[in-house]
Amino acid sequence: MTEKLILSRRRLIRAGAVGAGGLLLTGCDRLFENAAFRSVLESGEDLHMATQRALGRDALAREFSVHEMSPVFRANGSREGSGEAYKSQLAQGFADWSLKVDGLVERPLAMPLDVLKALPLRSQITRHDCVEGWSAIGQWRGPRLAHLLDLARLKPQTRYIVFHCADVLHGHPYYESIDLVDAFHPQTILAWEMNGRPLEEKHGAPLRLRVERQLGYKHAKFVTRIEARSSLEGLYGGRGGYWEDQGAYAWYAGI
Amino acid sequence: MSVGQPECDSAAPDRPRGGALVRRHRLSTRVWHWVNAVTLLVMLMSGLMIFNAHPRLYWGEYGANFDEPWLKIGTLRNTRTGEDSGFLQVGSRRFDTTGVLGLWKDAEGRERRHAFPYWATIPSQYSLSVARIWHLAFAWVLALGLLFHLLWSLINGHLRRDIHVTRAEWNPRHLWHEIWRHARLRFPTGAAALRYNSLQKLSYAGVLFILLPLMIVTGLAMSPATDAWAPIVTEAFGGRQSARSVHFIAAFLLIAFFLVHIVMVVLAGPFNEVRAMISGNYRLPKEKGE
Repeated sequence: MTEKLILSRRRLIRAGAVGAGGLLLTGCDRLFENAAFRSVLESGEDLHMATQRALGRDALAREFSVHEMSPVFRANGSREGSGEAYKSQLAQGFADWSLKVDGLVERPLAMPLDVLKALPLRSQITRHDCVEGWSAIGQWRGPRLAHLLDLARLKPQTRYIVFHCADVLHGHPYYESIDLVDAFHPQTILAWEMNGRPLEEKHGAPLRLRVERQLGYKHAKFVTRIEARSSLEGLYGGRGGYWEDQGAYAWYAGI
Repeated sequence: MSVGQPECDSAAPDRPRGGALVRRHRLSTRVWHWVNAVTLLVMLMSGLMIFNAHPRLYWGEYGANFDEPWLKIGTLRNTRTGEDSGFLQVGSRRFDTTGVLGLWKDAEGRERRHAFPYWATIPSQYSLSVARIWHLAFAWVLALGLLFHLLWSLINGHLRRDIHVTRAEWNPRHLWHEIWRHARLRFPTGAAALRYNSLQKLSYAGVLFILLPLMIVTGLAMSPATDAWAPIVTEAFGGRQSARSVHFIAAFLLIAFFLVHIVMVVLAGPFNEVRAMISGNYRLPKEKGE
């Protein structure tokens, strides 16, 4: 009798657990489809950004020594640029390639790579944190983004700096954006050199953005054009970046 | 029940006897318990989905595909038979986990190759970005909930009265006695059942003061923004990948706590125990001969 009771109780608990698990699962998936619930969850991102900015607006990312570097720096995402124009420039070592800086600027720029290389450089050994969870430490060298923006002279209504890229992922051009706090951060550079060599194609030749206090997908590769904007609306999906538009990734990727 | 009232006081003149219905958990404890239970479940399941994006763990500051993981979940193909299998590798030891980890069938019977299966993750279908939205939103509930619960428990005396492990309870002979009683499933009765025993106190204190704070701190240690203004957090664990490993280990220690917790509730009388945590009413187990 007791044995039977225990058995049925056990069975009941087990059925309950499986049932509750199933309900919870479909419940969570369903709940997320609710726009109001989802927007409450997504507001967690705003709270993270506000907190991080309050506690470390100007903080510098940690820098490492040469012997702390990853033996091999993994490349992922787009490993090659797209289009005939990019391929021929790559073949010529980007000899007649130039970086455009336009949008809300007083003086639009078209800066050839050798001019860009002649700008004052910053060199930093930093840890690259991918949203997937892995990290790699590498050395990056290039001019500060702030230097270029000062040369182009931002108009006062500028709030975002957008990076247009030469790679296309799943039929959509890659792009990214950051705000002015990150744009003028001393460690935000346009790297044309990595680990002591010109940037390889798989790492985004000729230029890759380094925005050290955010996750890897913000570090746009194959940068060809920098655009100053007052809003991200009306630009591709309107969420400020390829992964933000295509995959619901957070625009602020400091967490 | 007013919040400032003691949860249990065996020294009270009208000492409650076995069989009596008494007030057990105060409101703040009950609310936090259930909010935290839901939060931890969401954190765990969304965390497992995040892990699926890179199912390897490393020690040190960096770690990616070219580096040696200490733990790895994946899929293997047997070159002779052509059959696939799922595996969990810890150090150099490899375990076949086909059906559960690395290779499993989803609700529609399709073969999947992610580390953790659909029934253990939020969302149930692979999505790193959606899992991150859940995880990083509920992280606020976990952290602020724990902070306020600890502060309130300090103010209302819950920590001092119910969780504080006394000098006598730290005595190894006393602890050994309690372990022995637990192993023989001898549970306290009468008024003694109103107090947490030493093992209970130790495990609750371990969760409140070690495991939950460890989850929060190792989570923050993985944030590149936090690493800039508080590098000591990441450095304290020996690097970002070490912090990620500790985050994972602490999560599984919490699962272990949860399993033991559930077993104890079931053995002690699930209806009475769950009622006490919902309404606050608890029927004291009868003493022998009562």
